[in-house]
Amino acid sequence: MMDLVTLSRIQFALTVGFHFLFVPLTLGLVILVAIMETLYVKTDNPVYKNMAKFWGKLFIINFALGVVTGITMEFQFGTNWANYSKYVGDIFGAPLAIEATVAFFLESTFLGLWIYGWDKVSKKLHAFSIWMVALGTNLSAVWIIIANGWMQHPVGYVIRNGRAELVDFMAVVLNKYAWLTFFHTVLSGYVLSSFFVLGISAYHLLRKNQLDFFKKSFQIALVFAIFSSIMVAVVGDSNGSNVAEVQPSKFAAMESIWETQEGAPMYLLQIPSWNNDGNIIEAIGIPKLTSFLAFKDPNAKVIGLNDIPKEERPPVALVFYAFRIMVGLGVYFIVMSLLGWYLNRKGKLLDSPLYLKMLLYSIPLPYLAINLGWMVAEVGRQPWIVYGLMKTVDGVSPIPISQVWMTLIGVIIFYSILIIADIYLLVKYAKKGPDFDQPVQINISTSPSIQA
Amino acid sequence: MTYTTLIIIWFALWGLLWAVYFMLDGFDLGVGMLYPFLAKDENERKLLLNSIGPFWDGNEVWLITAGGATFAAFPTTYAVMFSFFYLPFMLILLGLIFRGTAIEFMNKSEGQTWKDLWKWALAAGSFLVAFLFGVAFANIFHGLPIDEQGYHGTLISLLNSYGILGGLLFTGLFILSGSIWIGIKTDNELSERVMNFSSKMWYGVLVLAVIFLVQTYFETSLYDIYIENPIWLIDLAIAVISLLLTKVFINKKDAIKAFITHSLLIVSTTFFGIIGLYPNMLPSSIDSKHSLTVFNSASSEYTLKIMFIVAIIFVPIVIFYQIMMYKIFSGKITEKDAHY
Repeated sequence: MMDLVTLSRIQFALTVGFHFLFVPLTLGLVILVAIMETLYVKTDNPVYKNMAKFWGKLFIINFALGVVTGITMEFQFGTNWANYSKYVGDIFGAPLAIEATVAFFLESTFLGLWIYGWDKVSKKLHAFSIWMVALGTNLSAVWIIIANGWMQHPVGYVIRNGRAELVDFMAVVLNKYAWLTFFHTVLSGYVLSSFFVLGISAYHLLRKNQLDFFKKSFQIALVFAIFSSIMVAVVGDSNGSNVAEVQPSKFAAMESIWETQEGAPMYLLQIPSWNNDGNIIEAIGIPKLTSFLAFKDPNAKVIGLNDIPKEERPPVALVFYAFRIMVGLGVYFIVMSLLGWYLNRKGKLLDSPLYLKMLLYSIPLPYLAINLGWMVAEVGRQPWIVYGLMKTVDGVSPIPISQVWMTLIGVIIFYSILIIADIYLLVKYAKKGPDFDQPVQINISTSPSIQA
Repeated sequence: MTYTTLIIIWFALWGLLWAVYFMLDGFDLGVGMLYPFLAKDENERKLLLNSIGPFWDGNEVWLITAGGATFAAFPTTYAVMFSFFYLPFMLILLGLIFRGTAIEFMNKSEGQTWKDLWKWALAAGSFLVAFLFGVAFANIFHGLPIDEQGYHGTLISLLNSYGILGGLLFTGLFILSGSIWIGIKTDNELSERVMNFSSKMWYGVLVLAVIFLVQTYFETSLYDIYIENPIWLIDLAIAVISLLLTKVFINKKDAIKAFITHSLLIVSTTFFGIIGLYPNMLPSSIDSKHSLTVFNSASSEYTLKIMFIVAIIFVPIVIFYQIMMYKIFSGKITEKDAHY
């Protein structure tokens, strides 16, 4: 039977996982829509307006679910992790409250203005409002990741009155761990969004449908894809180095390193055991590569899992594989973007159905990569809820296990319904393509000349 | 500013955030509850939905902010409140999820079954939120069975007569708020019909409010503060006057003024409870030494200061652009505006 902590963890993982299916798309898609609408304001070319409307609609469908599943997240710290909230609320609550005040109001209010304001406000104010949504969406990522960064690498606190109390707010805000994670996360959201636009554009290009519209969309997304897929890897590398420095157990799990050593090699063939106690296979080592990648020093010392007490080791195999598949997908995104750039430059895009098809079927891949990355970060931190400070088992709410079962089942059922409805609508609108402005509807009975 | 003053300011802000949330989300929850019953045809349904379309999301953020502020300023209360109310809060969240999704998804596909399902999701979701917030707050006012071992209640024990009364009062207040709002945003026959409904609904709210005030005397110790410091009765006076004025303006078919006075009623009703609670946030009904007060659940002085600075800078900015938003969309909804 599963215990309270396991159940609460599953519930938390599921609710974040669901939430994280919607949010990354909103992070980047809103910027693409804002760019399209800005082009419309600058050039007055209605195709850009239609682009903003078409991609904006797909953005809205996702945004709604990002918001509603986000509320669950905020309250779950209280409902399911009450002891955690009591112990660190003095620090952790602040960024959450700031997120709501500074970011959520901005995105929600201006999104309302954007959706309903097409005929009510000037073109400039309308474009401004989508930029405000973009700012709000990305700001909310800043604050939630500052909160999460504190759990990963606690700074600026003292233990006093039986809890962690804040003593240096700026240290929490400027936490290096948080900022590296922030850039890695939002950039991965941009990759996802650009591949979303590329994939849907590819679908229509394959069908020779609205060529001008989807070529333009494709090109805007392509620039964004090249930039973000390369940058996400660059930031990811710094992120890895920082993890090696401040979270040795997570780093050791990512690389499945068991012996503490200087000049640690990287093994091309490595299979960690599911018993969390070593590698079954370890072969073809490239000397010193892991040390070099982590610390930019081939002789640096890397701490192995054997030097970490068994009960303080994260589940190694899970972290190890998630990390590798994520990195592999990251490389794939860079290759696909550069290939797109090449084909587009040579004007061969429409003659490359295989490439376009691959793009279409690649739409789910960034989702996979993002959730795997999140697993590396969060599962890799276990068994700590706050790294080195509080264990996950100590953070849980003292609630009856039956209640967690009930809500867990509820969450699975209801979130599945939402996902199905969301995908149904996204597919429907994505396939339908842009809805060009209909000429003003004319009431036939009062306009006899039209009838003739 | 001393630590004590800071704590009291945050308690007031805490109450204000909840009051503003109830005031703003109140009307769109009300419209959600009325949605299946009030509209005669597809066109009227679109009008109703569009009357809250631009606003509901921004209104809901006040709840997130109220939750966030509870977490940041009174973390122990946050932890205890939401874990004690585990099931009701999960149901509230479920309601909010389905309400929001329904508004956004309802008219994005043409099938009748699709629309019917979201229609009921909207109404049921809105009702769950309104009713359960009433139940939760009434139980807080009443006091919870807390002793040294923690909390001893269940979802069923929250549904005591006073809790249900609180739920009905909130539901009634929000429905009235929603119907007056529709009165503002529509014209002609629909507006007339909904104002007639508001007029009848007002009596429902009156009855619930009177019973609630009387029961509060028997079930809670909220009145203690009012007896000790009669000056606070001014809040109750504002509530009563707002309630009466609302009826006057409804009868005059002045929906905007009725909406303002009714909003004042929601705010003063919330504060009636908040003032009565002080210094408790979650009083124990068993033994007051296990009550959570503002003093034993507050954050450190440093955190409260930081959060205070953040609040005085950003909350006015938020209020500014939200008011702008209400101004931009202040006109009546017509068929032309049917975006959804």
